[in-house]
Amino acid sequence: MQALVVVAHGSHLNPDSSTPTYRHADTVRETGVFDEVATAFWKEEPSFREVLRTLNSEEVYVVPLFISEGYFTEQVIPRELRLAEFDVDQWDSDGTSASSTTLRATDVDKTVHYCGPAGTHDAMTDVIVRRAESVTGDDEVGEGFGLAVVGHGTERNENSAKAIRYHADRIRESGRFDEDIPEDMGLTDDYRTGWDTPTEVDGVNIWYAGAVGTEPLMADVLLERARDAGAAVGTAVEEVREQTRAGAD
Amino acid sequence: MTAPAVARLSSAVREEPVACDGLHAEYDDNYQFSIPDADIEESGLSEDEFETLAADHEPYVTNWAYWNEDRADADDAFLRWLEAADETTVPERYESLRAGMSRSWGELRIEVRLDDGARRYEIRHSDDVGEDGLEPHDEPLDARSLVTYDDDGRYRPLKTAPSLPHGWVFADQTGRECVETVEYIYPATVANWYLERQGELDIDHWEPTIGRQSGIYGVVQTWNRGDSHEHVNWVAEACCDDSQCVKRREWQYDEETDLDVPGGDGEFPCREPCSLVIAAARKWTRLEGEQEQAYEFTLTPSEKEQVEEIIDAVADGRADEIREADTSDPANRYRARYLRAKRFDEDGNLSGTATESSE
Repeated sequence: MQALVVVAHGSHLNPDSSTPTYRHADTVRETGVFDEVATAFWKEEPSFREVLRTLNSEEVYVVPLFISEGYFTEQVIPRELRLAEFDVDQWDSDGTSASSTTLRATDVDKTVHYCGPAGTHDAMTDVIVRRAESVTGDDEVGEGFGLAVVGHGTERNENSAKAIRYHADRIRESGRFDEDIPEDMGLTDDYRTGWDTPTEVDGVNIWYAGAVGTEPLMADVLLERARDAGAAVGTAVEEVREQTRAGAD
Repeated sequence: MTAPAVARLSSAVREEPVACDGLHAEYDDNYQFSIPDADIEESGLSEDEFETLAADHEPYVTNWAYWNEDRADADDAFLRWLEAADETTVPERYESLRAGMSRSWGELRIEVRLDDGARRYEIRHSDDVGEDGLEPHDEPLDARSLVTYDDDGRYRPLKTAPSLPHGWVFADQTGRECVETVEYIYPATVANWYLERQGELDIDHWEPTIGRQSGIYGVVQTWNRGDSHEHVNWVAEACCDDSQCVKRREWQYDEETDLDVPGGDGEFPCREPCSLVIAAARKWTRLEGEQEQAYEFTLTPSEKEQVEEIIDAVADGRADEIREADTSDPANRYRARYLRAKRFDEDGNLSGTATESSE
């Protein structure tokens, strides 16, 4: 038996924080390629601490639904899952290239394939592009459009920004979008009053796409992470890619 | 129902001996069948004789067939506990199961009953026992969104908070679906309860739990002071009391030092301080870093008691229940507003006493 565990942050205050995680896990569950699909959270339940013991599968693929490599993927998650043998060098990553490492958790008799975060997988580039397609309602969006990828970043860990630049570079190299993006579009005079998009500012149409992690195609990234780590996923990747396409039934 | 179960039994005993809840059967050139509780012990049986005898004791056979299904050990243990399988004989149990047997699990009431010889499970809020018109659900996954908010629409960050919403029922589930539903409502409780029954629950006490915290939670380690664990008593009293969480707190200060407040009567254990406790402890660590200082307030005796009652009402989650016109309740809104009007100065200081001394 094989299980997929999607690990995410969650929130004590915001009930919607876990919604995309649940939704993507449900999409993967519906493909039927995993005997079990579970979610676990830093701030909700089941916790990282207790999720593995709820599973019956001997093979477990853990995919962090985080944007970048760093504090959570390298310290918090392996520690809380009791992956005592984890060492970040096992990923041999340049900051965006962590794939997976196979370990034992000290509290359960299972093999744990601990994967790099969803956010640095190459398929994440497709999710960003898909996001542009879904908010514009145009499967061919690109010509005449600029695309800006906005990330958090932190001075405490250079990997945070690296992940954002990695995908922006890949999209730029694809040549699909125009590169001429005005720096300051002045969407609103006062951010506290909010703003409506799509809208037109100085002759430029602007869409604001919201958090990319909510895009249904994220489920594909979770599947590809697990597949890269050795999970048998059959044709689920192709199915999910098709099923989550903008305008798909 | 019997015939397939009997056929499965006779085929199973050819592979290996069967022993389940008082039924023993095996095969060695011919069949043996015994139920000591019913004074039955037959050997040298042909297949037909074996199957006839087995069919005469249908409950034992269907009982074996059910517990022989492929399920995780923890799930089986939980389902057997629901029907007190280790405490009753099969005929007694089947009699009870026809009427339905119930257990409480946190705020849940779970009933198992025999329906056409098959076990079916029903889950609802224990307050909703006997209620009609509950919203029916079949899919275990439905439970996940059902329990996100309490009856007043407030987010429940702690799944085991005693604020489970009412008004729904999972009326007709298999054993596996039942466990799955329970796990969406109270995650990991079955697994930890089972480990505890096996004597294998891995408890992480306060000391090692805060010891492994990092990042913004690392500061909680600085809250421990020498041999004193009084502050952790207060944490447990604040967060882990039965009025706040239906788990039974098994973690203590450390391996040697028990806390002095009750762990609660919950059916399933809490094996380490949860993320809510750690997040709250981070706040208290900062607040408790302040030095105490003496303030002088002028209050009437009733006003002093009123302040205490207001704190009690908030701490016990009672503030919303106090009726608007019930001015006999010291925590009544009008009473609180009157006290504020009388005793606060324009800067919101009680009795006009500044928080920071001006010296």
